[in-house]
Amino acid sequence: MQETEETEGTDVKEAPASMNMSVFEDTIARDQRIEPRDWMPVAYRATLVRQIAQHAHSEAIGMQPEGEWITRAPSLRRKAILFAKVQDEAGHGLYLYSAAETLGADRTDLTERLIDGSQKYSSIFNYPTRTFADVGVIGWFVDGAAICNQVPLCRTSYGPYGRAMVRVCKEESFHQRQGYELLLTMMRGTDEQRVMVQEAVDRWWWPSLMMFGPPDDDSPNSARSMAWRIKRHSNDVLRQRFVDMTVPQARKLGVTLPDPGLRWNEERGHHDFSAPDWDELKRVVSGDGPCNSERLARRRAAHEEGAWVRRAAAAHAARRTARLREGRAA
Amino acid sequence: MSTTSRGDWPLYEVFVRGKRGLNHVHVGSLRAADDEMALLHARDLYTRRNEGVSIWAVRSDTIAASAPDEKDPFFAPSGDKVYRHPTFYDIPDDVPHI
Amino acid sequence: MTDEDLHVDGEDDLYVDGDGARWAFGTGFTDPLHGVDQSVPDGVDAEDLAACCLALGDDALVSAQRLAEWCTRAPELEEELALANIGLDLLGQARLLYARAGRADGTGRGEDAYAYFRYPEDFRNVRLAELPGGDFAFTVARLLVLSVWRLAVCEALAAAPDPVLAAIAAKSAKELAYHSRWAAEWTVRLGDGTGESAGRMRAALDALAPWLDELLTDRAAARQGADPAAVAARTRLELFHVLADAGLDRSDDVSPLETPAPPVPGSGRNGRHTPHLAPLLAELQSVARAHPDASW
Repeated sequence: MQETEETEGTDVKEAPASMNMSVFEDTIARDQRIEPRDWMPVAYRATLVRQIAQHAHSEAIGMQPEGEWITRAPSLRRKAILFAKVQDEAGHGLYLYSAAETLGADRTDLTERLIDGSQKYSSIFNYPTRTFADVGVIGWFVDGAAICNQVPLCRTSYGPYGRAMVRVCKEESFHQRQGYELLLTMMRGTDEQRVMVQEAVDRWWWPSLMMFGPPDDDSPNSARSMAWRIKRHSNDVLRQRFVDMTVPQARKLGVTLPDPGLRWNEERGHHDFSAPDWDELKRVVSGDGPCNSERLARRRAAHEEGAWVRRAAAAHAARRTARLREGRAA
Repeated sequence: MSTTSRGDWPLYEVFVRGKRGLNHVHVGSLRAADDEMALLHARDLYTRRNEGVSIWAVRSDTIAASAPDEKDPFFAPSGDKVYRHPTFYDIPDDVPHI
Repeated sequence: MTDEDLHVDGEDDLYVDGDGARWAFGTGFTDPLHGVDQSVPDGVDAEDLAACCLALGDDALVSAQRLAEWCTRAPELEEELALANIGLDLLGQARLLYARAGRADGTGRGEDAYAYFRYPEDFRNVRLAELPGGDFAFTVARLLVLSVWRLAVCEALAAAPDPVLAAIAAKSAKELAYHSRWAAEWTVRLGDGTGESAGRMRAALDALAPWLDELLTDRAAARQGADPAAVAARTRLELFHVLADAGLDRSDDVSPLETPAPPVPGSGRNGRHTPHLAPLLAELQSVARAHPDASW
């Protein structure tokens, strides 16, 4: 669907807009959830569709960087873990597409807008995975950052989105732990493995910090999303939380985070850290990352090559329904 | 493009009984071409961590739902029937097992 | 890391639905071998038991690897979940069977020794499992054949004299019943779907037909309780029904899988494989072999 006022609630007799708005605002103010058939401002719906779709696309595309390693995982235990993890990501994509559909969006439309490039996904997945250590670091950093972002979203103001997030967060705690555990094991292995881990940490640290989005003073839509309680914390707050969470874990692991400016600030009670290269984020978001075209091409190919399968299943279902009807009529 | 020609699958709502003795609870939705596929998809998507003992999958377009602005006629009449709730009844603290 | 790490300032409650589950919703995960005596019982030929476990384990591993190749390529996201579930089940079966093989053959080798440090000619899987991926119709057709046949084998092995193999087979049979249902439903959908899908299913069945004989004459589990003739009869019957439902049967009462091509002689059970197994294993083993002293 287009992000317009066309909604599944249009059969409801329209109350005066001002009254609807006050009910809506009152619901938000009381920290109650907005549910699918409730009246909501057009911009609220549009913001949610955009955000949830982007989130769903990120899960679907996010299968690719790690998915490439399932066939090559170096032990059967790691193979099973990674296979299950990537499968979860498909599941998370579905929970989220399902939440978007409660807003009147159509999954096929959303998929088409992903593959034609008009909707975005998290830029982190446009970086390549070079060694098996990347699987561990993605679990630790990328899923760790995702959890920081997503835990507050469990209490987002839109009910179906929050409920999808509860499922996702519960499942992702396994994702982060398996990554960290892999890295712990590798750090106890050979010198070569320790080098692999450090090298992967160096490559993924900055892109992971960028996952929280641009700095607050350059994030124009944040204020409204916060007012509507779609977002509950600003980008910079979540980024700080991620850094504070990760530093002691890095120490325990025995790796160095590649930021000479990283140090504990006693006064603030937080770590100071350097700003990522925001121009790089802009480049990657606008399509110029190392793997953008490859990721989209793969998703497009799966969608297009699957078309005959989806059509066949629909045709069979239609024919069967018709046969049942004939059977009843006879 | 019509939904039929591109082979879109209809939306199903999924309800899972977490364990014996509990109601089926709505857990989300999915796409499937037919009922059998909906059940297998529901199993794979919503119960891959042992979450259920029974699944219902229902075509979303067959669900009748109350409208939000009918909230008062639907639900307000039960709001004052406090006698349906156990806490309405004042029982002395020293009466056991009640 | 601990729970507290996820809740840095303690204000966000992950478990807002209050069911208190720590990781996910389900509980009651079971070890299929819990309480089963691991020693090889008297009267069971350990060498034959090991060979049986290795053959069935290799079938499962190679099949799981082919299913893993679908990852991010499935025709719909829901089918990503289904293909991965089936792949994970088969991978799990392979791991249990390798562990049993290592015990039975007296080498004490672990699962990874079997998966990562053998050569293609040491693998004992049927060749049907190693044929290259193909399209979704080919995957459905191959899975139908393999799971229907393997289900017949495992149901018989659930009464195997070795209690460990019996427990593995009983667990596997439940999984395979689901796999064969998934494959049978898709066979019917594609067979009865569009002209294109029916054509692709027929092409897939034609491509598989020459490799079916190896399954139907297989004796790998014969001395552990799976009578080859009974397994073959059940497999044929089941396939016949599914293909008839799908409108893919032939008028002369012959399963399309048994014609037109004659069986390809030889057997993967003797280590004689198609050229497709070596590259599959090269990929599977690449990281493990590049770092032989590493721990994962």
